[in-house]
Amino acid sequence: MKTNPKFSIITSRCVPLPTENIDTDQIIPARFLKGTSRDGFGENLFRDWRYDANGEPIMTFPLNDPTYSGCVLVAGKNFGCGSSREHAAWAIADYGFRAVISSFFADIHKNNELNNFVLPVTVSQDFLEHLLAEIAADPTTEVRIDLPAQTVTVLTSGRSEHFEINAYKKQCLTEGLDDIGYLLAHAADIDKYENETNS
Amino acid sequence: MGKTLFEKIWEAHTVTDIPDGPSQIYIDRHYCHEVTSPQAFEGLRQRGLRVRRTDRTTCSPDHNIPTVDQDKPIADPVSRNQVATLERNAAEFGLTLFGIGHERNGIIHVIGPENGLTLPGSTIVCGDSHTSTHGAVGAVAFGIGTSEVEMVLATQCILQPRPRTMRINVEGKLAKGVTAKDVALYIIAKMTTGGATGYFVEYAGEAIRSLSMEGRMTLCNMSIEMGARGGMVAPDETTFEYIRGRDFAPKGEAWDRAVEYWRTLPSDPDARFDAEVTFRAEDIAPRITYGTNPGMGIAIDEDVPAIPIDDEAAAASAAKSLEYMGFRSGQKLLGEKVDYVFLGSCTNGRIEDFRAFASYVKGKRKAPGVTAWLVPGSWAVRRQIEAEGIDRILADAGFELRQPGCSACLAMNDDKIPAGALAVSTSNRNFEGRQGPGARTVLAGPLVAAAAAIHGVITDPRI
Repeated sequence: MKTNPKFSIITSRCVPLPTENIDTDQIIPARFLKGTSRDGFGENLFRDWRYDANGEPIMTFPLNDPTYSGCVLVAGKNFGCGSSREHAAWAIADYGFRAVISSFFADIHKNNELNNFVLPVTVSQDFLEHLLAEIAADPTTEVRIDLPAQTVTVLTSGRSEHFEINAYKKQCLTEGLDDIGYLLAHAADIDKYENETNS
Repeated sequence: MGKTLFEKIWEAHTVTDIPDGPSQIYIDRHYCHEVTSPQAFEGLRQRGLRVRRTDRTTCSPDHNIPTVDQDKPIADPVSRNQVATLERNAAEFGLTLFGIGHERNGIIHVIGPENGLTLPGSTIVCGDSHTSTHGAVGAVAFGIGTSEVEMVLATQCILQPRPRTMRINVEGKLAKGVTAKDVALYIIAKMTTGGATGYFVEYAGEAIRSLSMEGRMTLCNMSIEMGARGGMVAPDETTFEYIRGRDFAPKGEAWDRAVEYWRTLPSDPDARFDAEVTFRAEDIAPRITYGTNPGMGIAIDEDVPAIPIDDEAAAASAAKSLEYMGFRSGQKLLGEKVDYVFLGSCTNGRIEDFRAFASYVKGKRKAPGVTAWLVPGSWAVRRQIEAEGIDRILADAGFELRQPGCSACLAMNDDKIPAGALAVSTSNRNFEGRQGPGARTVLAGPLVAAAAAIHGVITDPRI
C-alpha cells in the first residue's frame, strides 16, 4: 500500500475558478468514470471546460492559462455538488491540487476530498471574493494554508481567516491516517454492537 | 423532548461518537454498482481484508449497461470490463449479484425497494448520491464515496459527521396533473441547489402523505439536488402495504414485530428540527428546468427568470447556464422544439411513471421529429408494463420500450444525447454535458415528457 500524504502548512499560488455550483459532472464527466483503479483521473479533470470538442485545450480556461499555477484551487460557492463520485476527488488530487478553497462545499464531495488528503478550506464569502480579487489583480498571489493553526492567509494583503475542521479529521490529515484504519482498530466495538442489537 | 424520525434511526445505529469528530454508524444495507466499487474491492485486496457481512451487500450493474441487446456482450470494452469487474468481485468476495439479464437486475435504487431489501428504520448506503431514494420508506439512506464503500465492505460501518435536521412540509392537496416530480422540482427551485446542504430532510404534510410509495421515492431521490444529505418520509400504512409480501421483506411473526417497531419511528409531536419550511401544494404546477442545475426551475408556463444583478458571481454563473442552454431571460419555454425525450432513471423509471406516460400518449402519435427512449428501471418494471398491456399502448403511439438501466440519465452507455440537441428528461440532473457532451437537458415529470414526445415541443400536459 502506498503511504498517505501528511498535511501541515502549504504556501502556494492559486488557480481561480469563480463559477458557482460547480458539480462533480464538470469536475470529471461520467464517461471518464470507467476506470477500475484510482490513478490517472487528473488528465480528465474539468475535461469539457478544459478541452474543446476536437480535444484542443481551451487556453482561456484557468487550468490551461499559464498565468496561473499552484496546488490550491479557489472555487465559487457550493463546490462539488451533485454526484457522489469519488473520482472527482481523485482527479483533483491526481492533477496535483492539495487544497480547495471555497465559501461552501457540498457534503459528499467534501468527505471525499478529506478521505483523499485534499484539504477543503471553507472561508467566508467575503474572504473568497477578496482572494479572487487579489488573484485577478496579481496572478502570482500566494496563500498560506496552515492546518495546525487552522488559518488561511492571503500573502499579498496579509488578510487571514480561521477555518473549521473537526479534531478527528485534522489529526487524520496531519498524520496521514485514514478512516478505515480507525474502524479496523475498533473492530471490538462493531462486534459488541452486532451482538447487542442482534444484527 | 421528543425525537425526530432521523434521530431515532441514527441513534439506534451509532456504534460510537468520536469526540470532536464524526459518528461511527452501523450500516444495515449496502448496495453496490459497477462504477463506484472497483477501487473499494481493490483496497480490500491490498489490505488483505474480506467482506465483514456478505449478507448485507447486494450488487447490480446498472450505469454502463446497454438498453438494447443485453444478451450480447457490451460493445464498449471499457464498459464491459467495469461490469465484468463487478461480477468478478462479487464472486471473489461472496456477494449477491443480480447481473445483466438476471430477472432482478435493474437500477440499484429501483430494485432495492421492489425486492423488499429496503426497509423502514434501517441505515442504507451506496456509492451513489441518489441512494436518498430509499428514504421514502422511512430509512436513513445516503450516498457515499468509494473510500466509504470500502469501509462498509470491511467493517459494516462508516464515519459520518452528524447532519442537522430539516422538515419540509407540503400542506394541502396537489392539483390534477401535478406529479411527485413536480413537487421535487418545485421544492428544489425554492430551496436552491445548495439550500439543504448539511441537512437530512424529512418530508411531511398532507400532500406528502397522499403520495404513493413510488411518488415518495421520486421525491426523496432528488433530495441531493438541493444538497441534502438525504430525504425521508415517515413510514405509514402506505409504506407497510408496499413492502408486505415482497421477496426479501420479513414474513409471518417477523413481519408483525417489524411493523410494530416501524410504527414507533415517526417524529414525536414535540420533536425539534434545526430548520423547518412549509410550502402549499396548490402553488405547485407542472415544472420544467431552464438552466444547468436542478434548482433552476420554473412552472411550465412561466418565463425564464432575469439574471440577478446584485451578485456578480451569481450573475456570471447564471449567464453561463443560459448561454449553454441557448435560452434567454424573459422567454417562455412552451413551444420550444424538443429533439429527445427520456423516460426512465432512478427518479422516474417505475411502473407508475410508465402508467402516467401511457395515460397521456394513449390514442395519440409520437411527433416524427422526436427520438424517445423509454427505459424501465428494472426487469420487474418491464414485466409489469407488459402484464398491464402498457407496452401495446406505447407501441400503438409509436414508442419502443427498451431494456432496463441508468441509460441517458448520465450517458455512460450508448444512450447519449447529441451536442446541441434539446432533451426533455425525467431524470434528475441537467448539468452541462450530463446526458452527453453539449447535450441540453430540460428536467420534467413523466406527463410533461409525454406531452413533449407527442407534440414535439414543450407542452403543458394539462391542456
